[in-house]
Amino acid sequence: MRRGTSRGMMDVGHALLVYANAYKGQEHVMQFGIFSVSDITRDPVSGATPSEAERIDATVKAAVKAEEVGLDVFAIGEHHNPPFFSSSPTTLLAHIAALTKRLVVTTSTTLITTNDPVRIAEEYAMLQHLSKGRMDVMLGRGNTAPVYPWFGQDIRQGLPLALEHYNLLHRLWREDVVDWEGRFRTPLQGFTSTPRPLDDVPPFVWHGSIRTPEIAEQAAFYGDGFFANHIFWPKEHTQRMVEFYRQRFEHYGHGTAKQAIVGLGGQTYVAKNSQDAKNEFRPYFDEAPVYGHGPTLEEFTEMTPLAVGSPQEIIDKTLSFREYVGDYQRQLFLIDHAGLPAGAVQDQLELLGSEVIPVLRREMDARRDPEVPDAPTHQSLVTAKYGDAESRQPRPNANRGDNVTGGSPYQDTDEIARDESTGESTEEVSA
Amino acid sequence: MSEQATQPVFRLVVVNAGISDPSSTKLLGDRIAQSARDIAEQRGHTVTVTTLDLRELLPELSGALASGLLGPRFTSAVDALREADGVIASTPVYKAGPSGLFSSFFQVLDNDLLIAKPIALGATAGTARHALVVDEQMRSLFAYLRALSVPTSVFASTEDWQDKSLGTRIDRAAFELVLLIESGFERSVRGESWRQYQHEYGSAGGTELSIDLNSDLMRLATGGSLSPENAGITGIDEG
Repeated sequence: MRRGTSRGMMDVGHALLVYANAYKGQEHVMQFGIFSVSDITRDPVSGATPSEAERIDATVKAAVKAEEVGLDVFAIGEHHNPPFFSSSPTTLLAHIAALTKRLVVTTSTTLITTNDPVRIAEEYAMLQHLSKGRMDVMLGRGNTAPVYPWFGQDIRQGLPLALEHYNLLHRLWREDVVDWEGRFRTPLQGFTSTPRPLDDVPPFVWHGSIRTPEIAEQAAFYGDGFFANHIFWPKEHTQRMVEFYRQRFEHYGHGTAKQAIVGLGGQTYVAKNSQDAKNEFRPYFDEAPVYGHGPTLEEFTEMTPLAVGSPQEIIDKTLSFREYVGDYQRQLFLIDHAGLPAGAVQDQLELLGSEVIPVLRREMDARRDPEVPDAPTHQSLVTAKYGDAESRQPRPNANRGDNVTGGSPYQDTDEIARDESTGESTEEVSA
Repeated sequence: MSEQATQPVFRLVVVNAGISDPSSTKLLGDRIAQSARDIAEQRGHTVTVTTLDLRELLPELSGALASGLLGPRFTSAVDALREADGVIASTPVYKAGPSGLFSSFFQVLDNDLLIAKPIALGATAGTARHALVVDEQMRSLFAYLRALSVPTSVFASTEDWQDKSLGTRIDRAAFELVLLIESGFERSVRGESWRQYQHEYGSAGGTELSIDLNSDLMRLATGGSLSPENAGITGIDEG
């Protein structure tokens, strides 16, 4: 939906920029954005390592810039050890939401294993209120074994932990009062997670996974989104998991397979011409954590979704993704890791916003199957739940000091309970 | 698994970690393969032999070790091993162990690729003092990969090449290999018992794509619960 543009553009006359400008202030059928790991890495060219303060500051500026150049989404990871800074994603994202007007803030990923799902429910509902719904959340397990015991958990139980925690999180955002008992956390009796989600519409959830069918199954069961990291791995991994998720999404009756909600990662480095891009990026690639000192830039480009080159090369490679995952709703690019300096990240955003994303929007629009749904937003979820009716605005009853015994913490709870007793639907299964 | 009911052709794959050409390691692998071919053909089978010279994979090895990404040569090696009915693995001994190239190659492969596959083991060295490398080091590697090593190990130090008994051991190992292929052991294990082995999604050279929707974890994924006393959950993925 169009909300009107809020800024004037200086550069006129460039067809692509005009096109990009026309899109600003609009919610998109397909969202484009950036995601950051929050690594603080020595710049292999200058030899300098940014301080935590510098890197955090640069990340906020990159997010603000992302909105400025017409991108839709900013995502940050969660880590609890150096050299990463992002231990507290909701604090960072609330700050970014306050500095922006249109940008959707999200995570890549929020650790559903080592975080208490009760705290996730509370913190992200709060973020949802402060951002006026301009947020969602992506859940992941985390694969750093030592982190688990720091939070009282065990990585060997990582998968059942993730699955059970999400089952609880799903209920905490949908039921005012929750009684719950499971394997991994203390039972809850008459617990109410506050604040209730904005408009009583839970944040949209993406489940991130590379090759765990159980996670894809859970995403499909609940009708949530599925996000494939799509960085280090050959496309076959992504293709298989997305295909399974789409099939199961249809099985659980949320729509047809092509209507399932899919997001992809990707990694790019763009410059005006191809050779500059390769020359500029190569030293960062060669010494990058995870894949550095291994395959060459050319091999990695050939074998994985990495795209390094001119705007046209980035466009061509990105357009090829839909050929093996189908039409999808969200594309996030990694552009700020391995020690790339803040200035280079700003330049990347400038080029992506002016020369890459506008073309991708146009070309993806032209190719998209008309039955494929738009990227979910808070507004679209509110409309789906209430139509033209007013959304629910929970108002607590006066504190009787006995909320823990259950009952009706909100003034309209009795009414809600009556609605549910008609058996119209059990949200837990079909929402 | 797309195994056919009968295998009209025995597909042998030689994995050669010898570096020079010609090399005694390659020669040893080839002689075992040739012997197996002769024996199998006498018994009425058709045989194809494919040789993987690991030296040619060297440019892709650093990337595979650092990131797990397999380049095109690695990928075709995996394809050949996946389709093999029998494998002959031959390595030089360096510093009292199989060569680093040999060990690295098998460490990069996924754990399911060689399950129940018959494999003949050979090693060459400059001195007989390395004779136990095959039994003490190579066997444990292939035991981990759940491959089926033939009983006879073929070790050849410099002096063995002048001794007819090397030829006898080669023929013995080759005969054992042919019998194991003939028995259909791999096919039966993969056909009837595959689910008894722990797998990773996408393993076995990209063929392990079955998903058990009735596992405890799948029930948990779809809103079910784990009973608190049920401590042993099967199929937990540590990846």
